[in-house]
Amino acid sequence: MNISEYRGVMVFAEQRRGEIQKVAFELLGAGRGIADTLQEPLIAVLAGTYLTDAQAASLIAHGADRVILVDDPRLGVYMTEPFTKALTAVITAEKPGIVFFGATTIGRDLAPRVSARLKTGLTADCTALAIDDASRNLLMTRPAFGGNIMATIICPEHRPQMSTVRPGVMRRLEADTARTGETVRFACRIEAADVNVEILEEVVQKEEKKNIEDASVLVAGGRGLGNPENFQSLQNLAEMLGGQVAASRAVVDAGWTSQDKQVGQTGKTVRPDLYLACGISGMIQHVAGMEESGFIVAVNKNKDAPIFAYADIGIVTDVNRLLPALQEELNRARSV
Amino acid sequence: MKIIVCIKQVPDTTEVKINPTTGTLIREGVPSIINPDDKSGLEAALVLKEQQGAHVTVLSMGPPQADLALREALAMGADQAILLSDRAFGGADTWATSSTLAAAIRKLEWDLIICGRQAIDGDTAQVGPQIAEHLQVPHVSYVTELQVGEKAIEVKRKFEDGWQRLRVQFPCLITTLKDMNQARYMSMAGIYEAYKREVKVWGLADIDVDQANIGLKGSPTRVKASYTKGTRSAGKVYEVDPRDGARIIVESLKEKFII
Repeated sequence: MNISEYRGVMVFAEQRRGEIQKVAFELLGAGRGIADTLQEPLIAVLAGTYLTDAQAASLIAHGADRVILVDDPRLGVYMTEPFTKALTAVITAEKPGIVFFGATTIGRDLAPRVSARLKTGLTADCTALAIDDASRNLLMTRPAFGGNIMATIICPEHRPQMSTVRPGVMRRLEADTARTGETVRFACRIEAADVNVEILEEVVQKEEKKNIEDASVLVAGGRGLGNPENFQSLQNLAEMLGGQVAASRAVVDAGWTSQDKQVGQTGKTVRPDLYLACGISGMIQHVAGMEESGFIVAVNKNKDAPIFAYADIGIVTDVNRLLPALQEELNRARSV
Repeated sequence: MKIIVCIKQVPDTTEVKINPTTGTLIREGVPSIINPDDKSGLEAALVLKEQQGAHVTVLSMGPPQADLALREALAMGADQAILLSDRAFGGADTWATSSTLAAAIRKLEWDLIICGRQAIDGDTAQVGPQIAEHLQVPHVSYVTELQVGEKAIEVKRKFEDGWQRLRVQFPCLITTLKDMNQARYMSMAGIYEAYKREVKVWGLADIDVDQANIGLKGSPTRVKASYTKGTRSAGKVYEVDPRDGARIIVESLKEKFII
């Protein structure tokens, strides 16, 4: 394999029912930075049916230099083999040095199959991406061992370097309609024999209520929030962080939320990557249910609150004034 | 029908703690278990054994200690256990692991392969689909329900925003989620039996595989560095106004790669 033949950063632009998914724009944001560092083009691949120039334009506005449309009636709904065939054909023809997929239930199904077919490496669920100055290899950093360690993975002798990237982590660029780019249509015939799985039924529904034990981010509220309305406002913040809302026992006893959200000795034991405790004093019974969390941030106006002894970052301030400011800062951080 | 269930012995990562002063992983005393997604796949296979007389082979690649996980599978009711163990297989990434497992599977007769979606120590979800690719058979991942017919399997495949019901002809591979069932316990008689039964150990000489496709040498990826996320005791408390507090939080989340 002649590695120097492989140039460009490619992003798989995942669509569902014709709608380009958020993660595709996040990958373009991350890919733009990598492509600029390498001084190579950023390429978006959109596979589907009835693909439009408007879809291509939105990918260009979000950072792509080149958009490859693979339009085929058999690519309307995601199926492993037709998409594997399409992506493998595009990668073989384009020879990108890097390919990113969203770490979704589609990307995590497709990328392993493509990587096995191309005999190249694949790193799962990356949360940080960078280029090594000396080797110009891609540095792919991901959590492992139940989130207890971070590992940086390289793929030095095979191309393309592939990774799936965790949704909600990378920053998308603000759409710039003045950006220009090239759109090409890529012919790839998907045969009837490639459709080796029969879809009997398809149901679109928002995910059923998830357990707080499964959340990677928990925004937990306590009595310090003052009233149920302020507690409800945590939902928006939790969604921004890709997480869920949890609660202290006091809040559940007060009827602000349901028992299945309760963290602590008489509630649930959780260990998310991030536990953001808002107006929770941190009684020992509560701490017993969350002290193994990956990273703990506590906000409380009482500087003697016991929760601060367990927090990685503690903020002594009015939590109800901090919450809107935090949402603004998060928006700002994502749009930079 | 013949089913192969691929299982991995993993450290129970929910029991892993970080040493607060050194920031390193405490591995001592962490129990080894059958990976939860795999165990549900095994349970599904054992139900098919009871209902339809399916023959269930459990296959694992790992160090000699993985024998214990295979004996647990035998005690739950599996018919045959094979451990792929050889120094030459060590240091494998998902590509080389799947190529080794696929080589072993080629030696066996089977209609259906069941893998857990992902292992709790690596969380990659890659080995199942990659085995299917090496064997050139279809796969369905994220399976939460299954029904077996004569020539095909019908499964429910989960997505973030819904699900599909799919039919796939044998031979094929599926990857299962732990939520799909509650795995049974070993029976007392099963435990007793399991220690008298054979766990076949296959090494490099027992399978037909190109040495360029196994172990560290056959792995396209390398771990360049690994580190813990830092120590717990180094917490800082800031008495600030709400706006500065929000900035401090966002900065710390960026540093920790949470956003």
